[in-house]
Amino acid sequence: MTHDRSWSRAFLAIVKRDLALAARAGGGGELALVFFLTIVVLVPFALGPDLNLLSKIGPAILWLGALLSMLIGLDRLFQSDEEDGSLDLIRASALPLELAVLAKGLAHWLTTGLPLALAAPLLGLLVALPAQAMLPVAGTLLVGTPALTFVGAAGAALAAGLRRGGLIVPVLVAPLTVPVLIFGVSAANSAVGGTIPFLTPFLILCAISLAAIVVGTVAAAAALRQGD
Amino acid sequence: MASLIDLANPTRFMRLSRLLLPWMAGLAALLFLIGFYLAWFVAPADYQQGETIRIMFVHVPAAWLAMMLYTMMALSALGTLVWRHPLADVAQKAAAPIGACFALICLLTGAFWGKPMWGTYWVWDARLTSVLVLLLIYLGIIALWRTLDDPGRAGRAVAILTLVGFVNVPIIKFSVDWWNTLHQPASVFRTGGPTIHPSMLWPLLILAIAFTLLALSLHLVAMRAEIMRRRVRTLTILEAERLDRLALAGAAA
Repeated sequence: MTHDRSWSRAFLAIVKRDLALAARAGGGGELALVFFLTIVVLVPFALGPDLNLLSKIGPAILWLGALLSMLIGLDRLFQSDEEDGSLDLIRASALPLELAVLAKGLAHWLTTGLPLALAAPLLGLLVALPAQAMLPVAGTLLVGTPALTFVGAAGAALAAGLRRGGLIVPVLVAPLTVPVLIFGVSAANSAVGGTIPFLTPFLILCAISLAAIVVGTVAAAAALRQGD
Repeated sequence: MASLIDLANPTRFMRLSRLLLPWMAGLAALLFLIGFYLAWFVAPADYQQGETIRIMFVHVPAAWLAMMLYTMMALSALGTLVWRHPLADVAQKAAAPIGACFALICLLTGAFWGKPMWGTYWVWDARLTSVLVLLLIYLGIIALWRTLDDPGRAGRAVAILTLVGFVNVPIIKFSVDWWNTLHQPASVFRTGGPTIHPSMLWPLLILAIAFTLLALSLHLVAMRAEIMRRRVRTLTILEAERLDRLALAGAAA
């Protein structure tokens, strides 16, 4: 009804606005990609150029790089809106705060998680990832990164009003991402070889992502409400 | 619930906790004496593990308490968010460092036990890893307390984080179990009775109660300190405002 119409319009407006900001303000998406590339490039310098070793731990490097790239920029997710007052407008609008958080999370994932997942096979070349592992790694990142976005959104919402946010969001969020990392990497590894079928950890990863979307959205909305 | 509502009055809580504290601390001390006597002199050395088995008497209660204090924090978080109980966030703030300490004690004693038994201080085993992640979550919560200045806001923010962590802890436990397992399975609380011999079970249970009482006493002390800290904060602000007014009046005159 009218509610639904205005809600979906407001929802799409937030998504569009965040996508436009990410595209124009230069920051969001492409910086996370560059950071991802940098981490993947740094690992061989630390480990040595042994391609056998690198290809064995390739999925782990890609997952860790993607995780860090997502965590680093997270504290800005709500902070910039808090600073310029648009968060107050969103709070005052008829759109439930949960849906607003969902819209912002969706835009964040579209500008960071999705590009990271798409870039993973390319970066996989740098760590000599076997060809049959390319698609599974990209697939696990594709279904796993939403969990990172939404668990991270809860942490970012807690730090929205902080003057000195910085490191606090990764410190809060990183321990909570352990399950995502475990199942993401083991699904990617099981595609290369191993005793576990690929689908088992992959489906659990999907379940974690779905649960994280719900819990993260509700928690982030509650945290933003406490902010005023 | 009536008693919990009564305790919402900080003055009443202060009075009651002052009465309760010496008894709890005294009982804890008594049980420590009995428990450690039994653990050192009565309980036999293990036929396989020798004297190192005695580390268990500290290690196991510490692990239980690390989890119990987190559960208490999650309940307090509900109290903060749902019932707006004025002492809930005080209880939560006071519990975090104590829980972190017990998690650390559990990890350290585990490391000292692991060296002679497994040949290494640390292995990436499922149970060890989940306690380590629990410690990290505790540290995150303490860090968030320290970055937010206003106690009311900090209390609500930390409450949300605690609940998100509480939802996550079983998932982390499950995923880490899936990841790797070496630690022995639970041997005290299990269906079919404990697998541990009574001569070791009794000191363990007595010490567990003693450690629990110690944790609760420390918790009460920390809560009292936090209430006083908030009173001092309020008084300081009021005094500053009064001086401000005086200065304004002086400037006007």
